[in-house]
Parts: sequence; C-alpha cells; structure tokens
Amino acid sequence: MAEFFNYLLDCGAYALSGGRWSVAPDNLFGVVVTALVQVIILLHVIAVGALIFIWLERKVAGRIQDRLGPTRVGGKFGWLQTLADGIKLITKEDLMPAGADGFLFKAAPYVSMAAALAAYFALPFAGSPLPFVAQQLNVAAFFIVAVLGLEVFGVILAGYSSASKWALFGSMREAAQVVSYEVPLGLCAVVPVMLAGSMDLVVVGDTQRGLFTNWYLFHDPFTFVVFWVYFTCGTASVNRAPFDLAEAESELVAGFHTEYSGLRWSFFFMAEYGSMFTVSMLAAILFLGGWHGPLPVTEWLGMQADGWLEYSTSPGIAAYLCNLIGMTNVVLKAGLLVTVMMWARWTLPRLRIDQVMTTCLKYCTPIAAVMFVGAAVWQAALPRGLMLRTPLANIAASEPWQRGAEPVVQTSGIAVDKEAR
Amino acid sequence: MSQIHWETAWFYVFALLACGFALAVVFASSIVRMAFYLVLCLASTAGLFFLAGADFVGAMQLMIYVGGTLVLLIFGVMLTSQAQFVKMRTGSGELLIAFAIGAALFALLAGVAMNVPEWRSAEGAISASTPPHTATPLAMGLLGARVDRPLAPDAAGYLLVFEIVSVHLLVVLVGAAYLARAKRRRISHD
Repeated sequence: MAEFFNYLLDCGAYALSGGRWSVAPDNLFGVVVTALVQVIILLHVIAVGALIFIWLERKVAGRIQDRLGPTRVGGKFGWLQTLADGIKLITKEDLMPAGADGFLFKAAPYVSMAAALAAYFALPFAGSPLPFVAQQLNVAAFFIVAVLGLEVFGVILAGYSSASKWALFGSMREAAQVVSYEVPLGLCAVVPVMLAGSMDLVVVGDTQRGLFTNWYLFHDPFTFVVFWVYFTCGTASVNRAPFDLAEAESELVAGFHTEYSGLRWSFFFMAEYGSMFTVSMLAAILFLGGWHGPLPVTEWLGMQADGWLEYSTSPGIAAYLCNLIGMTNVVLKAGLLVTVMMWARWTLPRLRIDQVMTTCLKYCTPIAAVMFVGAAVWQAALPRGLMLRTPLANIAASEPWQRGAEPVVQTSGIAVDKEAR
Repeated sequence: MSQIHWETAWFYVFALLACGFALAVVFASSIVRMAFYLVLCLASTAGLFFLAGADFVGAMQLMIYVGGTLVLLIFGVMLTSQAQFVKMRTGSGELLIAFAIGAALFALLAGVAMNVPEWRSAEGAISASTPPHTATPLAMGLLGARVDRPLAPDAAGYLLVFEIVSVHLLVVLVGAAYLARAKRRRISHD
C-alpha cells in the first residue's frame, strides 16, 4: 500500500512541477500514510467493536436473566445505549487518589490499550494472495500470544499506583492468573501451528480451505479437545468471568479499577473487549477455518485466487470480493465466540482464586500437554486427518532457502523440504 | 528526499527511545517506575529487532524480557516491599562505579562490533524491506539442519546445545518445584 500512496504523490509532484520532481516508491510518505491508515482502521475495530460488544453484553445478560436489556436509547433495540454511556463517561470528572503515583496512574490505561492494539497488527482478517492484515509476520501466532500477555502490565501498574488495597489485591490476582494461563494458552496455540507447519496465521487459515471438515477443530479428536482448552484459557487470560478475580466486586469493590473514573476507566474496558475479540479471532483462525466458511461457496463460484471467475474478470476483483466475504466469515465466527464468552459470564458463578489456579495448573496445562503429544502422534500416523482431508498445495513454501527448488507439494500439513532430510 | 535511508532514521528513533528509557531506569527513584521504564526500554529493543527483519527474535524479546520483567516486578518488588511506594536513593559512589563498569563494557562491545569487517559492508545490511524469514532457519538449525547454509550441507546444527539447554531448564523446574513443595510435617513419637 505504501507504493500506492507514493505513486499518487509521484503523480501529483510530476504534474505540479512539470516533470522535474519524482518520488521513489519506498519514500517515507507512503510508509507513514499506510501506517496511519492501518492504525486508524484497527483503532476503530477496537473502539466500535467495544461499542457493539457492550451493547451485546447487556442484551445477552438481559435475555439470560429473563429481562429485555436496553430498549429505549436509539429506537427499538437500544442500539445507541453504549454511545449514550460513552457520552456520560466523557462528562465524568477525572479523579485521582491523593496518595497515588500520578504518572503511573495516568499511564496505566494507555499501556493496556496499547498492548491490546499491538496484537491487531499481526491479526489477518482474510487470506492470500493479498491478505487483509496490517503486517504479515511469519511468526504472527507467537507475536499475538506474546503481546496478549503484556496487557496485564497496565492492570498491574493501575493496581499498584492507585494506593488502594482493593486495587493492589485485584492486580496481584490478575498478574498471577495471566502469567499462569499463558502456559496452557501457548501450548494449545502450538497444535494448529504444528499441523499447518507455519506460525504465519495467513498460512494457518489457508491450509483449512474447503469444507468445514478441513478445520483443525475436526482434524482429530485431540485438536477437538485442544480447542475447548484454548477457549477456556483464552477466557481466563483476558480476565473474563468466571475468571474475573481481578475485579471481583463482591469482595474487592471493583478490583484494579476501583479508583478510576470517566474516560480512563473506559480505556481499560476497550482494552478488555479488544482482547476478547483478539483471542476469539485467534481461535477462529487457528481452529475454525479462519476466513473459510463452513461450505466453500466462494470456491464453487470460482472467486478464489485460482478460480475461473478470477481468471475471466480483471485480475484482483473477484479475489478481493472473496476476501471481503472471508472477512465477514471470520468476524462472524469471532463474534460468535465472544457471545459464548458472554453466555459463560452470565451463567457461571465466579471461581475462587485457588480454583482458578487449580483449573490452570492441574487441568488445563496437563490436558493441553497430553493433547499436544496426541496430535503430534496422530499427525505422524494419519497425516490426512480423521475426515481424510484433501491435499493442498503448500502456501508456505516461499522461504528464501527453498527458492530454486521446485514448489513443494504439501500433503500432510507439514512442509516437506528436501534440504532438511 | 530519496537520498535518506529511512531504515537508518527509524533505527535512530528506536535506539534513542531505548537509550532514553535506559537512562530513565538509572535516574528514577521509585522501583516500580524503574521497572516501567525498563519495560519500555526492552520494548524499544524489540522494535529494533523488528526493524532488522528478525520478527521471531523481536517477539521473543517481548515474551521473555518484557514478560519476565513483569514477573520480576510482581514477585521481587510488590510482594517483598514493606511499605507503599518504596524509594531508592543511589549514592554518588555507586553511580561512579556503575558508570565506570558500564563505560568499560560499552567500549569493549563497541570495539568488537566495529572490528568485524562483514558487519561494516552495506551489502550485509538487512532491513525491514527484506522479507523476514528468521523463524524457519532458526528452528531447523535447532533441529540440526542448517538450511541457511545450503552450500555447506555438512554444517553442524545446534541440536545438542538445544537439548542440553532444554534438559537444564527441566532440571531447574523440577528443582524449583522440589524446593517450593509443601513440607510434610514430621510426626514425632517421643
């Protein structure tokens, strides 16, 4: 995209100067404009996503408790309830306790928000050949798991700098919880990465192309279990009920954000909802086929990059439409998973801190480890999976040390390279 | 404008951020603020790695160093401090000794870095515009296959080192669990 903006600038400069000025395609201008566009879009994914999810949370909570939820603001379904809440939050006074460490107290919400935003840079919304992703990292899965763990830093700073025992207790609990749950979360995320043979999320999503039986959820019994362990750990690592010990209002007033008010408080919640969506997106890409729908409709219509419609129309248009459909797919899947998180929140009672730790250390971690070994053995013994997946051409074979060799055909999900043998 | 090498400019931005926050760590008095600056300093270093096209190392830096500082902060500072907002005063003698040691180490490292001829040529420089492909060669190297050196098929991999480190870490983990286990109360029959 940077080349495109520089091309525009080049055309403008050429026309204005009468052919004397030109702009190189790798000029800083294009890079900065591209980065700005991406940051603004992703910020809106978080902010608008939070608006929608808070409304949804209220509706889900209402329905589960046999109420209607918000109904008045903005017409029939209370669409604008969250916006009204946001305006109310802006008008609130920005309070700070007298004994607080002012600098850290003010910085903490931004730290949380920045960590939540950083994960989105590597998160793909649609697949190849032109993936909808800000930065296509070839270690995207690892990067996202690493960055997700940083969000807790803002919470710890908030808890410590508030000079309040409730906030400190809340942040301590959150720290212990998130640090513990990172282990099984990482172990679970490794399983689809192993099956796809790549940490690039675009590749992981594209190897699940085709019918829903190609999803890693249905690859073998072990991955089926791993998905549920991942989802449990994901819920815990973004600090959602029943694991919301850090803000247990029955014992800790409001936990780490007891002393916060107004817009600063809302930043923590935007970060929380943003992380919920990240974890759900990661689950959708790793286990639920990513941007590929349950039925390969776009493939039947020939809209994929290698389909007939893409060949017969001008290049890129059908594939772009296909990517848009894919984005709808993956966002719907992730939205469904977020709804399940809300369902769990309003159904299950909050666990005690020792129960939270027991769930992680005595159940999730051993189950994830055993399932990891099981999935590896299954992959070695029955590489085509339970549903006899159709072999796919390898998309990952673009490593520099593989260039020159003929394209490697992937039959099992693990790239077979010659030099490694 | 096209004469400016923008990767170099970005390098200076991240390097200045890292150095600035490192100085802030030294001159801050509150321990938690020090840890906060340290996290920012290490994150800027991760930015340098991403700039060099080493995505895997950058993500590792975020995971291990930034996350590790977090754990250090929690268990080293918050759980052991006797009062809220502990302040640390650094004596001028300590500052002087630390400065001398730091300057000596810096001189050594800078000298070594400048003396490697391969690192000084412009051809060897990789930047963000080079597609990052560090993860696979690294992983294959740890498994014993040096795919980054296709011309030398017999080049030694790092499998043995990798295994030794893994077993060492496992021993450390078992040892930590042994030390931290709940002590069984001895029943006396007297």
